[in-house]
Amino acid sequence: MFTFILRRLAVVIPTFLGITLLAFALIHMIPGDPVLIMVGERKLDPEFYKAAMARLGLDQPLYLQYWHYLTGMLHGDLGQSIVTQEPVMSEFLKLFPATLELSICAMLFATVFGLAAGIVAATRRGTVLDHTVMGAALTGYSMPIFWWGLILIIFFSVNLGWTPVSGRIDLQYDIAPRTGLMLIDTLLSGEEGAFKSAVMHLILPSIVLGTIPLAVIARMTRSSMLEVLREDYIRTARAKGLSRTRVVLVHALRNALMPVVTVIGLQVGTLLAGAVLTETIFSWPGIGKWLIDSISRRDYPVVQGGILLVATLIIVVNLLVDVLYGVINPRIRHAR
Amino acid sequence: MSLLHIQNLSVSFGAFRAVNHVSFDVNRGEILGIVGESGSGKSVTMLALMGLIDAPGVVSADALGFDGQDLLHASNAQKRKIIGRDVAMIFQDALSSLNPAYTVGAQLMETLKLHLKLSGAAAKKRALDLLDMVEIPDARARLAAYPHQLSGGMSQRVMIAMAIACNPKLLIADEPTTALDVTVQAQIMALLVNLQKQNDMGLILITHDLAVIAEVAHRVAVMYAGEVVETSPVPDIFNTPRHPYTQALLTSIPEHSKGAARLATLPGVVPGQYDRPRGCLLSPRCPYVQPRCVDEHPDLYTTPGGTARCFFALDDGGRPSHG
Ligand SMILES: Nc1ncnc2c1ncn2[C@@H]1O[C@H](COP(=O)(O)OP(=O)(O)O)[C@@H](O)[C@H]1O
Ligand SMILES: [Mg+2]
Repeated sequence: MFTFILRRLAVVIPTFLGITLLAFALIHMIPGDPVLIMVGERKLDPEFYKAAMARLGLDQPLYLQYWHYLTGMLHGDLGQSIVTQEPVMSEFLKLFPATLELSICAMLFATVFGLAAGIVAATRRGTVLDHTVMGAALTGYSMPIFWWGLILIIFFSVNLGWTPVSGRIDLQYDIAPRTGLMLIDTLLSGEEGAFKSAVMHLILPSIVLGTIPLAVIARMTRSSMLEVLREDYIRTARAKGLSRTRVVLVHALRNALMPVVTVIGLQVGTLLAGAVLTETIFSWPGIGKWLIDSISRRDYPVVQGGILLVATLIIVVNLLVDVLYGVINPRIRHAR
Repeated sequence: MSLLHIQNLSVSFGAFRAVNHVSFDVNRGEILGIVGESGSGKSVTMLALMGLIDAPGVVSADALGFDGQDLLHASNAQKRKIIGRDVAMIFQDALSSLNPAYTVGAQLMETLKLHLKLSGAAAKKRALDLLDMVEIPDARARLAAYPHQLSGGMSQRVMIAMAIACNPKLLIADEPTTALDVTVQAQIMALLVNLQKQNDMGLILITHDLAVIAEVAHRVAVMYAGEVVETSPVPDIFNTPRHPYTQALLTSIPEHSKGAARLATLPGVVPGQYDRPRGCLLSPRCPYVQPRCVDEHPDLYTTPGGTARCFFALDDGGRPSHG
């Protein structure tokens, strides 16, 4: 297991280098710079501009800037935001729990309903129910996140007035960030109604963010389940006299789950991309919104550092998925 | 009264009749051998009996009785009480018949819990006893093993242990040794026959190996293209086969037929979905074929020892009765 992780880490290093280069190149390719953006429409004194650029180190050639970024990163220093002057790392840590909470809820929603939909479709293969569920999954998969978010807002928030439109909690509550996870913090605060408010704020964003993973998980579960249901050991389980439910949920699902877990892991990457859009739609104060805002402010250190941190996250999650894979599948566990 | 009574069991997949009006009985403590080339409907018959044919497959029968109970009109829940407890089945490919995600112990104890309500230490004790009964060494360690850690012979022993877990009255063994090494085949067969005697089980033994049938079976049913073509007590069938197909099977006995997908003495193969003849199903391959065989489908006729589906059943000298 240990050598396995080491081997994976060896692959990770070139990946990281590639990501730093890409992040650096992309943000510098966008026209404009932080000083121009901050000044905006006002007249700009060329002397002031030069001084500001020099102070930020942006007057140096690009390759030197990249070198500083790289060496700083190797020392664990991601620099500080040009806009807020705060270290990128501490901003990330402050905002990350919001994204984490949203992602966990979205993945929970996607996994529970995706698995259920996939299992139902597989066991009722070829029926109207199967076609309906899979049709819905395909629709969900092809739904543009922005449009889907707005539809839900119009229906549930505007027409029905059931759910709030933006933020993590109603403004009337002042919750001390202890864990950064609003659901837990509101419970700890003991303020009446705060937890309910946090839940209501989470529902729509979680659905919007979870829809594509849900569709992917449902389709994967169905096909994996159909394959497993044809196996000899399913016939054995049925020959034991086990109920249909037990055969499906205990004997088939456990084996069908292996490819599904991989897919769930791969969805985490997609999830963070979706989080950028979802957080923007719902003004959710997380990493996605932070990155978008930083790009429009040309806050180079934040964009470069933020992308790197997000990439690290994705790589770590994929590694965890591989480990989890071994836990579910005894054959892999013993092979290592 | 017989332990198992099957009358006119048919199984269709769409327009294809994989099993057509199959009837036979098994008595308590009796070993019934079933032989026939691949694709003749042996497995499908047994799966239908176990209630394991899924839609779009359709099962029908005039009677399906087991141990005084009517399986034909039993609800699924009622059938599940019998299946796995009183009627158990083992399969050809033992390795793939065990769930790769669970230990041997978990799969064994699942049956004990379901039918005998055994759990905890009692289930474990019974599981160990069962592994001892099927002569698995180091039973305690084997309980924690996963199927991929077992050899083919070992997995088949585990399958047998699972099948006899609740002392079934009838055990169905569908080519239990076909996938195994020759040396292991004999051991597994000896184990099965031993257990059958000890527990006085009825045993349906499907095999290609006529030598095994000669040694252990009391009676034989020969199947061809979804039909029973001959039934006969054991020594008789080897001395005086009544159906030309049985005769061909016997003359083609190789030392240890593994698979026996084709018969050397009969040209052609078992007719499939699209090439079933109108009359006797063997007529395109039969060396004694007559015009009547091509036009008319024969019933099962009584012979001195049993039954045969042939207009011109063979005499004691192995010659067709039309001379
Ligand atoms: N689920 C199924 N759907 C369609 N045809 C089937 C199915 N199962 C078996 N058959 C067909 O039924 C026939 C009998 O098969 P089987 O009982 O497995 O033969 P065997 O005597 O070798 O055990 C074969 O032609 C097989 O292709
Ligand atoms: Mg078969």
